[in-house]
Amino acid sequence: MTIAGRVAFLAAVALVCAGTATARAQERTVKIGVLSDMSSLFSENSGPGSLVAARLAVEDFNPAAHGLKVEIVSADHQNKADIGANIARQWFDVDHVDAIVDMATSSVALAVSELAREKNKVLLVSAAATSDLTGQKCSPNTIHWSYDTWMLAHSTGKAMVTTGGDTWFFITADYAFGQALERDTTAVILANGGKVLGSVRHPINVNDFSSFLLQAQASKAKVVGLANAGGDTVNAIKQSAEFGLSKGGQQLAGLLVFIADVNALGLEAAQGLVLTASWYWDMTEGNRAFTKRWRAERPGRFPTMVHAGVYASVIHYLKTVAALKSDADGRTVIAKMKEMPTEDPLFGKGFIRADGRKIHDAYLFEVKRPDESRYPGDYYKLRAIVPAAEAFRPLKDGGCPLVTN
Amino acid sequence: MFEIFGLPSQALFGQLLLGLINGSFYALLSLGLAVIFGMLNIINFSHGAQYMMGAFTAYLLLQYAGIGYWESLVIAPIVVGATGILIERLFLQHLRQLDPLYGLLLTFGLALIIEGLFRNTYGSSGQPYQVPATLQGGRNLGFMFLPNYRAWVIVFSLTVCLATWFAIERTRLGSYLRAATENPVLVRAFGINVPRMVTLTYGFGVGLAALAGVMAAPIYNVSPQMGSDLIIVVFAVVVIGGMGSIMGAIVTGFALGLVEGLTKVFFPEASNTVIFVIMAIVLLIRPAGLFGRAA
Repeated sequence: MTIAGRVAFLAAVALVCAGTATARAQERTVKIGVLSDMSSLFSENSGPGSLVAARLAVEDFNPAAHGLKVEIVSADHQNKADIGANIARQWFDVDHVDAIVDMATSSVALAVSELAREKNKVLLVSAAATSDLTGQKCSPNTIHWSYDTWMLAHSTGKAMVTTGGDTWFFITADYAFGQALERDTTAVILANGGKVLGSVRHPINVNDFSSFLLQAQASKAKVVGLANAGGDTVNAIKQSAEFGLSKGGQQLAGLLVFIADVNALGLEAAQGLVLTASWYWDMTEGNRAFTKRWRAERPGRFPTMVHAGVYASVIHYLKTVAALKSDADGRTVIAKMKEMPTEDPLFGKGFIRADGRKIHDAYLFEVKRPDESRYPGDYYKLRAIVPAAEAFRPLKDGGCPLVTN
Repeated sequence: MFEIFGLPSQALFGQLLLGLINGSFYALLSLGLAVIFGMLNIINFSHGAQYMMGAFTAYLLLQYAGIGYWESLVIAPIVVGATGILIERLFLQHLRQLDPLYGLLLTFGLALIIEGLFRNTYGSSGQPYQVPATLQGGRNLGFMFLPNYRAWVIVFSLTVCLATWFAIERTRLGSYLRAATENPVLVRAFGINVPRMVTLTYGFGVGLAALAGVMAAPIYNVSPQMGSDLIIVVFAVVVIGGMGSIMGAIVTGFALGLVEGLTKVFFPEASNTVIFVIMAIVLLIRPAGLFGRAA
């Protein structure tokens, strides 16, 4: 290319860029990024299904009627905090993304939460679990939607301890999520008069749990708590059946089990497992209707509480942006989201607390026996409802600086 | 009962045995890699994907044809091995004259494609597969509870490993094969069809990966990424043992299983890393690997 040619080319590029910038200012486009594990062990519980949920939420919100244009982008952070933070940085700085949703994997979520605070954007977490997101690491730019480690620990942990499982051994994933889950569950066990006999920390994504299961067996604890997630939990449960843990009188507590995990295990291996979730696809008409639409794009799979959380949080976010008529200031949007009561077909009515915690009921489920399951996905029976007021950590106990100051 | 390193001896024996069982998977997989590299000079990066295909073939046979574990143990390696033969005919044979790096890149790309296809079709969270009825349960060895299936895994994989070693190092067919890698032109002059032999060898190596996959299906989560989780470790095993050394792959596979097993007891957080630490040390001291001959 000649020098004149290059100049002309650059000028053309600059013109096009300027053109899009003005277009952006006039139409008021809201850009939402689904940042998740799109390809690895958590991708079934969040990932591409969350993208579908976000699209359905936008469809139901009908942005055109509110004078908005909504764009959705997505990326795979591969469960690595540095990759996740880099993508988020590019989204915020270059691609004009206003809000990030889903946000699987606690370690990545904590990193991106800091970034969202620094850039004054919006982070709506529904996939990551660590209760630190609304505790010491809480942020005026982050809302934590579906569930957290405190909720899981209290619901499942308390149910186990009060029905006789008072000695525990933990098999814990060695990163932010696993450690938070073990810590929160330990607190529940001790508070209810139980004892923790030991624990073992394994790296994320391991194939073989036999060594850890043998240590659990040797501990003689009544309950073996699995403070891990996804493929790790599936492998641990599958192999515990092989090593005869339950035949030896030990009970398994899957502290975070998703419906996709139950599917991967098969009811034969998963039956009797007690677990906690804040949403189950087969509970209400609204849930079933959402599931039907969701499954049209994700055939053969079932939505999880993470997907439901993405749907609900996107709806509430868009409602807030429409009410404010602006998405420019992340902190203002989050403050307004906390001020406005939430209402959507999946979680019903609820609210968001000052520390960023979304409040709703939690449910204790038991996995059905193969002969109790009547149709595909008919996996859970309800054992107990934990009312919203008790489902999450009391505001004063979290140590969130937003609350105390 | 006595104690070793502050651990009851019983617990330690149990962990050692478990290490050996895991080692048998490493051995079986690294054996396939060593056969392919030793005979074809191809670094088969799609080995993990082919292991996964073995497990999935077993699952699909059960799901759609009602064919159980024992038949799958024979059928899956043949089916997956056949896809391997196809890959060799279509792609790899054209790369034979080039640097092994090209084969590595090609098979790496293939692995990504195969994994992506399975993930797209079956999702990433895995499929159920039960331990076959005849091998359910286990026995108490006094120092640990040994599931019957794991006992079977160790016995069977040891048998396959030794049989493969024998076939390559001690039989006439094996000597042809080794001769063909040394000097293909001369071996062809004796009237032996070298390209076909090379193709079949690749198919055999792939079949070994599939066999390991079928054996893994009842105890590990059958998911598209099950192979990529394992393959890096297996490559480390091959490097430590010495690229292309059959016996090296077998012995190192079992030995590293043991080391990893012990790490899971004393410092579980490092159990993913320990093999790579060993690899780094071995490469510094003996660059050709423990059993390899320096080029």
